[in-house]
Amino acid sequence: MDFGQYFTMLISVIFINNFVLSRFLGICPYIGVSKKLDSAIGMGFAVTFVMTVASAVTWSVYTFMLNPQSNIFPKIGEMGVDLTFLRTIAFIIVIASLVQLVEIVLQKTSPVLYSALGIFLPLITTNCAILGVAVLNIDQELTFIESLVQGFGAGIGFTLAIVLMAGLREKLEMSNIPKPLRGVPIAFIMASLMSLAFQGFSGLSL
Amino acid sequence: MSVLKELTKGIYKENPVFRLALGLCPTLAVTSSVENGVGMGLAATAVLLCSNIIISLVRNLVPKKIRIPIYITIIATFVTIVELLMNAYFPALYKSLGIFVPLIVVNCIILGRAEAFASRNNMFMSIVDAIGMGVGFTLSLVVISTFREVLGNGTFYGMNVLPSSYEPAMFMVQAPGAFLTLGLILAFFNWLDLRKTGN
Repeated sequence: MDFGQYFTMLISVIFINNFVLSRFLGICPYIGVSKKLDSAIGMGFAVTFVMTVASAVTWSVYTFMLNPQSNIFPKIGEMGVDLTFLRTIAFIIVIASLVQLVEIVLQKTSPVLYSALGIFLPLITTNCAILGVAVLNIDQELTFIESLVQGFGAGIGFTLAIVLMAGLREKLEMSNIPKPLRGVPIAFIMASLMSLAFQGFSGLSL
Repeated sequence: MSVLKELTKGIYKENPVFRLALGLCPTLAVTSSVENGVGMGLAATAVLLCSNIIISLVRNLVPKKIRIPIYITIIATFVTIVELLMNAYFPALYKSLGIFVPLIVVNCIILGRAEAFASRNNMFMSIVDAIGMGVGFTLSLVVISTFREVLGNGTFYGMNVLPSSYEPAMFMVQAPGAFLTLGLILAFFNWLDLRKTGN
């Protein structure tokens, strides 16, 4: 697979199969953290970072520790022990510890970034987009580099969707909306329109 | 604290989807047909029930600081069990729910109930809470998927309910229809509230 194909994959995961708008992953932060543009940008970058790292780590854990064919412990392969059913547990533990690690490192190295992202980091553990991309990488039988590209692209796609939404919602603050629609309902209706617009990208021939 | 109150709060007053806006990813993703909605609802209820029982039993043994990782591990264990059972006995459903079966782990309803209820109450009350919340979640999925399947496919639970002259609106079973349906239902609940308070 050459560079062009990675680029195609990146475009496809950002626009055509956008994680939020066409796969329904990461809806909770998408609706919950999109009231202000600043926090939406912060959340987007935090998710992109964790997603890329999590893709690399979960892919390695699955390939080298759970999969009997490519296990680094040859005994497990020889005995025919199939540990792949532990995937869900292994991945969520990896992601939870990764998020904790990122939090500790940020706290020490960049207090400014920490105070901006601090409250979002614990939420990222239960962001289904992170576990979702890890599971998708395995289900689609991607290689290591492809997993990294998909993880990064999914994060950028999430950032794009949440930043667009936050920009719209800041404008909506000033407009006169019927009372029952205020807040979350109107956000969902806008998400519906955005998702409709993103469906236009499915006509792209890559 | 009456048992009946805990059992029924999940259905209307504290409905996880329509009132608390939790667990939205599976809510939107699997509701393109009623069958998938019921399957997801029951699978999540089973996990919620088991995890609530175990968490309420170990609640005094778990150190406060590491409680979240422990809860997630317990939940992930039950999700794996449900995943394997579903793959063995309902392979078609397992296939159509796809990655949303392992993603029950990160369903905020389950971790939310563990944190807010099971870690503070005894086993019996936690079972009651899990059943109430699970039924509430399943009912919400059925409501949303009914709208989407009837309008988008002309069927209900696979049976034709609309005359054949009806042209199904594909829009409803695709992604935009999911967002729109949930938005309008949430608006309806807000409207009910506003009417009650007299505004």
